Amino acid sequence: MADVLAWLTDPANWSGQGGIPAQALAHLRYSVIALLLACLVAVPLGLYVGHTGRGRVVAVNIAGAFRAIPSLGVLFIAVLLLLPRLRGELAFEAPSIIVLVLLAVPPVLSGVYAGIEQVDPAARDAAHGMGMRPWQVLAQVEVPCALPLAIAGIRSGMLQIIATATIAAVVGLGGLGRFLIDGQAVRDYPQMAGGALLVAALALGTDLVLGLAQRAVVSPGLTGGTGLRARSATALDRRLARG
Amino acid sequence: MSLLGVDLATVLELGQDHLLLAGVPLLVGLALAIPLGWLATRRGWLYPPLVAGTGLLYTIPSLALFILLPGFLGTRILDPVNVLVAMTVYTLALLTRTVADALLSVPGHVRQAATAMGYGPARRFLAVDLPLAVPVISAGLRVAAVSNVSIVSVAALVGVSQLGSLFTDGFNRNAMGPIVVGVIGCVVLAVLFDLVILLVTRLLTPWKVSAS
Repeated sequence: MADVLAWLTDPANWSGQGGIPAQALAHLRYSVIALLLACLVAVPLGLYVGHTGRGRVVAVNIAGAFRAIPSLGVLFIAVLLLLPRLRGELAFEAPSIIVLVLLAVPPVLSGVYAGIEQVDPAARDAAHGMGMRPWQVLAQVEVPCALPLAIAGIRSGMLQIIATATIAAVVGLGGLGRFLIDGQAVRDYPQMAGGALLVAALALGTDLVLGLAQRAVVSPGLTGGTGLRARSATALDRRLARG
Repeated sequence: MSLLGVDLATVLELGQDHLLLAGVPLLVGLALAIPLGWLATRRGWLYPPLVAGTGLLYTIPSLALFILLPGFLGTRILDPVNVLVAMTVYTLALLTRTVADALLSVPGHVRQAATAMGYGPARRFLAVDLPLAVPVISAGLRVAAVSNVSIVSVAALVGVSQLGSLFTDGFNRNAMGPIVVGVIGCVVLAVLFDLVILLVTRLLTPWKVSAS
């Protein structure tokens, strides 16, 4: 463990193109791009399925089935299929990013859809009764009420992306995963463990930031107040609070 | 016999390793999550730290955990024990919250009826609370099982052999066959876990059969 600390504090590892800050930024950049692309697909789809109830069975089953498919296998298949067909720098990044997006779609989709679906029918009816148009009901009632579950889905999608982006170092993607894979290639355990600590820190930090964002955007009317409980408030939490 | 260029005996052997690496932690994790979840419901102030604490463990990416554990456990990096411990950690992370929420979902009047009938706390927990919590726990266990099967395959990158080894093997030889066989093997295994959990749940909750 002392060697790991030595690796982490060695100034040589903190500078240059392959340094820790550069790789952490690369990791974060791939992850954010993949998350945004996944949201671009999954959020409208989730809103549609949740609002209309159409395609519900398909959405649930696809989301469930995708969990069973191992990300490492999908990653290798994507690279073997796409690498010969792509050129330039994109050839090494595109297959990995496609897989990252693919793996994040199911959690985001099921979060958004489940969030919309669990909205209190009375609130929806009241909105209709007040003369709101369907899209107003969606935007002003259903979406705000769905935010806790939707963001939970986005958070688990992001964790999936960060974990898979780490693995993707094995097929040449940059990022903190490089230290894990390159360290293993030269049997340098301090580098592997140091990289692993950084990856864990990145995952925890990102989840913390998204958790704070969730606290900021979710209406206090839904969470029943502020404080620790507000972050993960569910019906069960509230039942617990009542004792 | 071979399947897409992979020896069937090898597939079965790797599948067996995979089954153990994903299955044993599932049982150990459940056995640990039940007392933890119980504790979280008995002492309300323990609920947030226990659920958030175990939840944090789940955010650690699998490859990072596989590599970090030898440093903590003093094991070799190729040791399958690392994978077993890591998968137990992930199972525990998923199930502590599930068990706590499942126990909270037992209706208050049922618990009161049990107490009125003279059940002590321990007997009430084993004979009333836990059986009624089975459906919710089983739903969480199914998620954990599927996620375990998928995560175990990553251990191929640290040299622990299981179905994921077919991925690295196929990738290194630029051969699609082994990778596809590995993916199919993982999915079959996940479905198998799912069916077993559903069956056991049905046996443990005989009152549900007529209802559904």
